Amino acid sequence: MSQLAHQTDLRSSRPQALAGLELEDVSLTLGDGEDRIKVLDRVSLTVESGEFAAVVGPSGSGKSSLLAIAGALSLPDTGTVRVGGEDITALKPSARARHRLENVGFVFQSGNLIPSLTAGDQLRMVNRLAKGPRSFSPDPLLEAVGMTHRAKHRPGQLSGGERQRVGIARAMVTRPAVMLLDEPTAALDSARSHEVVALLAERSRELGIATVMVTHDISVLEHCDSLYEMEDGRLNKR
Amino acid sequence: MFLALRELSFAKGRFSLMGAVIALISVLTVILSGLSSGLVNDGVSGLKSLPATAFAFDEGTKTDNAFSRSVVDQDQIESWRGQEGVAEAAPMGSSMMNATSDSGKQVDLAFFGIEPNSFLAPEVSEGQQVGPVAGIVVSETARDEGIDLGTVLTLDRIDTELTVIGFTQGQATFGHVDIAYLPLATWQLIAAGQAPAGAPTADHVDGLDFELGSVVALRAADGRSIDLAAGDAVAGTTSMPLAESFNASPGYQAETMTLSMIQVFLYAICALVVGAFFSVWTIQRRHEIAVLRAIGAPVRFLLRDGLAQAALLLVLFTAVGLAAGVGLGAAMPAGMPFALEYGPVMSAAFMTIVLGLVGAAVSIVRIARIDPLTALGGQR
Repeated sequence: MSQLAHQTDLRSSRPQALAGLELEDVSLTLGDGEDRIKVLDRVSLTVESGEFAAVVGPSGSGKSSLLAIAGALSLPDTGTVRVGGEDITALKPSARARHRLENVGFVFQSGNLIPSLTAGDQLRMVNRLAKGPRSFSPDPLLEAVGMTHRAKHRPGQLSGGERQRVGIARAMVTRPAVMLLDEPTAALDSARSHEVVALLAERSRELGIATVMVTHDISVLEHCDSLYEMEDGRLNKR
Repeated sequence: MFLALRELSFAKGRFSLMGAVIALISVLTVILSGLSSGLVNDGVSGLKSLPATAFAFDEGTKTDNAFSRSVVDQDQIESWRGQEGVAEAAPMGSSMMNATSDSGKQVDLAFFGIEPNSFLAPEVSEGQQVGPVAGIVVSETARDEGIDLGTVLTLDRIDTELTVIGFTQGQATFGHVDIAYLPLATWQLIAAGQAPAGAPTADHVDGLDFELGSVVALRAADGRSIDLAAGDAVAGTTSMPLAESFNASPGYQAETMTLSMIQVFLYAICALVVGAFFSVWTIQRRHEIAVLRAIGAPVRFLLRDGLAQAALLLVLFTAVGLAAGVGLGAAMPAGMPFALEYGPVMSAAFMTIVLGLVGAAVSIVRIARIDPLTALGGQR
């Protein structure tokens, strides 16, 4: 196990995180009346622990809806979503929030960092929310993404790539079972995109995280273990 | 407070601007509180300092200016003396007079005629007690009018001369003019229109057949209360407790209501301004809050953090405004009725904080309605 795995404080204080993500026959319809659109049509997806899966597809094909349901941000009309074998669609809103905090790591477009917090505080914030140990230090996680030297800088003082690296470190504070990446390279140039995705793939495999990346950027797919294509709400393995 | 403190530090400019507005509102509430207390003192400090439990006015007397409108007779006074729970019932005469000092300065005085040995006799800080027929004990604040011990005041139109023989301890004013305590008999002489030109003497008083007063001052026996309704029914009076009787002083109700109304509006403005600020602040943070909720931050954590931020801002800048208001109050000109009293000032500060928090809370609860899904860019 790497230095990061040893140093992530929360690991020692909580049981091994749930493993693997399974979506089974998930359907979702949005809108009313004639405007109803089936954004997910009986979607099934299994991502094992340590697997790095990518989902590609045109805009409006249902990629973000897939991510929202996998991350317990919204509920499907039908079907089940299991994380480590536990059905999360039956959870109450507060329990789903707790589930997201403990078992899901989100990496958003442009990092989506909190503007008032330094890189180190972004991680401390998640640790506090998860009621992690008081002795928590963000340094090992920042070191793992090569950002220790920028620990005291706020998002406004970081480049796009640096913000995304801090976002990755933040997503790993609670050592999630699942990591969901929403267009993580959307704001990066080609070189930075490869760097960031390679880092994500490496961390996912190293920490046994089931990772799903939604992207338009086909140049980074070489880092993925499996590839899916979304079209008109249907998911097909490629 | 983890996020709240860091946001305060991050957005110093915005929070300082909001803080300055809160501080200004706080200064205004302190100044208004001081003016309110000052006007109250100016209007009724003489009544407040009296050890009376209640006052009985002639039945049916109109409340406004009742102290000078009411006329009570000896039967009513005696009737009250016989009431259960009444330790003392003393007649008091009240009238406003204009006078000119021997140095030619014109002064307005509220004449309180009292029985020299009754419980209404004021404590004096200098000079002698009420007693001599032509002697008056005036409010300490009358010194500002150039009045001193031995000053002779000539009452306008009737040319009766009264000499200042003492000063009360502290301010004793009524209807915004200084009180002059004098023997009830001398007051009756003036009220009956039989006061002579020059100084009245015991002979003038002895020859007077006039036993009316304005009101009956009542003092309850230790540990007892007075059944005012029962006493009124027997004596044919309308009585009211001391604090309520302030409304019977000239202009008191109108002044206090006006200032109270201004204060209420100020509190409402505080709630609205703070609420508007936090409303805009919450809207600006929508995406940030959506991200926090998406990563699992409980709504109650975000609400608590937001309210703690508002509370910190309000407490800090209300304290700044309070200090500035007290400083400004100290610089008020001597003639202005202004009094900073701990209770009203602190309650004004408390109200500013509480109503500011209410305004903030109304805006901050919007956090609960922010959809974490929007952290994904709103795409579904």
